[in-house]
Amino acid sequence: MDSLFGAIAAIINLNHPGTFIHWGWFQISVANLLVICLMILTFVVALFVPFPGRSKRRGGDK
Amino acid sequence: MSPSKKFRPDVDAPDWGGKYFPYDIVKEGTVALVVVLILVLGLSWLFSSPDDKQQTLQTWSQADPVDFATTAFTELNGTSGVAGYGAPYNNGGGEQSAYFLHLQKWMGVRIPVNTANDFVLYPLSTLANNPPVTNALHVWASASNAQQAAWMTAYGAGTIAYANGVVTNSATGTGPLPVMINGLTAMARQGALAAQIIQGNGFYSTDYTKPALFLADGTYLENLARAQNLGGDQWGMMNETGSWPGQPWLWAYTTLYQIPPYSTSWGGNADVAVWLTMMIATVILALLPFIPGLRSIPRWVKVYRLIWREHYKSLK
Amino acid sequence: MSVDTEISRQWTTRVRKGVVDYLPPDKMLPDTQPNYVASWIYVFGVTTLAAMIIVIGTGCILAIEGPLWWHHSTLGHFVNSMHLWSCEIFFFAMVVHLWGKYFMAAWRGKRAMTWITGVVVFVTSIATAFTGYVSQTNFDSQWISTQAKDGINSTGAGAFWNVLNLGQMLMWHIVLLPIVATLLVALHVVLVRHRGVVPPFDEAAIKAAKSGTAPKEVAS
Repeated sequence: MDSLFGAIAAIINLNHPGTFIHWGWFQISVANLLVICLMILTFVVALFVPFPGRSKRRGGDK
Repeated sequence: MSPSKKFRPDVDAPDWGGKYFPYDIVKEGTVALVVVLILVLGLSWLFSSPDDKQQTLQTWSQADPVDFATTAFTELNGTSGVAGYGAPYNNGGGEQSAYFLHLQKWMGVRIPVNTANDFVLYPLSTLANNPPVTNALHVWASASNAQQAAWMTAYGAGTIAYANGVVTNSATGTGPLPVMINGLTAMARQGALAAQIIQGNGFYSTDYTKPALFLADGTYLENLARAQNLGGDQWGMMNETGSWPGQPWLWAYTTLYQIPPYSTSWGGNADVAVWLTMMIATVILALLPFIPGLRSIPRWVKVYRLIWREHYKSLK
Repeated sequence: MSVDTEISRQWTTRVRKGVVDYLPPDKMLPDTQPNYVASWIYVFGVTTLAAMIIVIGTGCILAIEGPLWWHHSTLGHFVNSMHLWSCEIFFFAMVVHLWGKYFMAAWRGKRAMTWITGVVVFVTSIATAFTGYVSQTNFDSQWISTQAKDGINSTGAGAFWNVLNLGQMLMWHIVLLPIVATLLVALHVVLVRHRGVVPPFDEAAIKAAKSGTAPKEVAS
């Protein structure tokens, strides 16, 4: 079991010093920035993408 | 029926009298579980997780014996960070406060740490078959407070060096201190020190307070951390070792440490200032439904029109 | 006293009636939703719940072999990775859920307690994650605990809650805080089921109230 997981662990190696973005007194790691941007993107996408089941709602019961 | 009340758009929401449609929440929950599981398996397979090896008093003293010896001396002479920390460890007087609130001091010394004894004298006393150290300890214990102070002043004025396996000090008139500090460093380098510092209770322990405090008092651990942008003034609270994402949800907490007055005039009490600010912010967040203005923002910015656009369209 | 009266007075009967009145089966597990539940923003609550289940599940697997297992086993390390990433997704989904609920003003219509329990779960989750971070038994936990001690000590809580005490922190992480978090999440979900999902802003009523025409009656 160990060798199986050993063989498939970490396709992308993140075990090296991180990259940081500096902007005046502000500083953030690329990884964190990516996560935050993904969160905002997810929120915006969730707002705009149509939700399935429209025909069901049109024919809905009281 | 109760008397009619004025409609408060940010507080009230009349019961829904409109249509319903079939919605399978158990299926939705199952799908969510499967999707998240696949995502987690995928992320774990792609990126794994960090596991930087633990540091020990041994790795510290082997990598930087001068820093270890210097720190050990400050633990003995009471000038180290921990020695002057105050509650909950000792009466060192370094407690933080916020105006009339002395929360740290009020809670008292509940995790007693005597740095001189716990980190230096007691561990050295456990060394068997080491006559120079045993003798040095005896000389130290027999000396008056004034004599001990004089030796420490002299030792502190000198320069600590490490060569050929021995810690030395350039000063003279330092009494038994060079033997003691060298003895402690040798003990640490052999891996024999941590156990003596932890072993307050004998065989078992799950409490690493003392060796952790000792380790953090030096510059070794901090240098390793700062090399990975984990320092407090490097927004370190949000960061993770390596290139992994860290804790972005701590953004507000971390930000406060970087900006005035937390980083400037309140610097000495930055921790309690940040914590009290965040506690107040959390209470405000929790009580948002009752705060006029803040609770009206959703109605003003109208993001809801995107969420409920099908509903509003159907009303037309 | 008749048998029926005696039975109706029983604590058992009263508790059962109270529970069923508060949350009848078709409210606990409804098979329909109001027509306005028509946005992807609604899936982030259940996504957070799903992530929480995986966090706890992977945590249970880690508990089988103990806190040092993952350092010397590749399977253990993989399970630890799953525990970390499910935690990241948990917070990701919870914050998007929070944003959605805020912009819906989801506390309206006597739903303030739903909002409040949500915020408390958020804070409890941060504390749970923190106790996990200091239980890693590696360099990261050494650094985080020796730094965090200053913040926690400054509030006085450090005298009782010692972040350098692995035994204490681990037990808070795997016993006390998960129990509290689970109970709070259960309460949060029960409140949502009891009241239903918050309806849209009634723009007509808002306009009427603003223009000073007859104030709309609100059921109290």
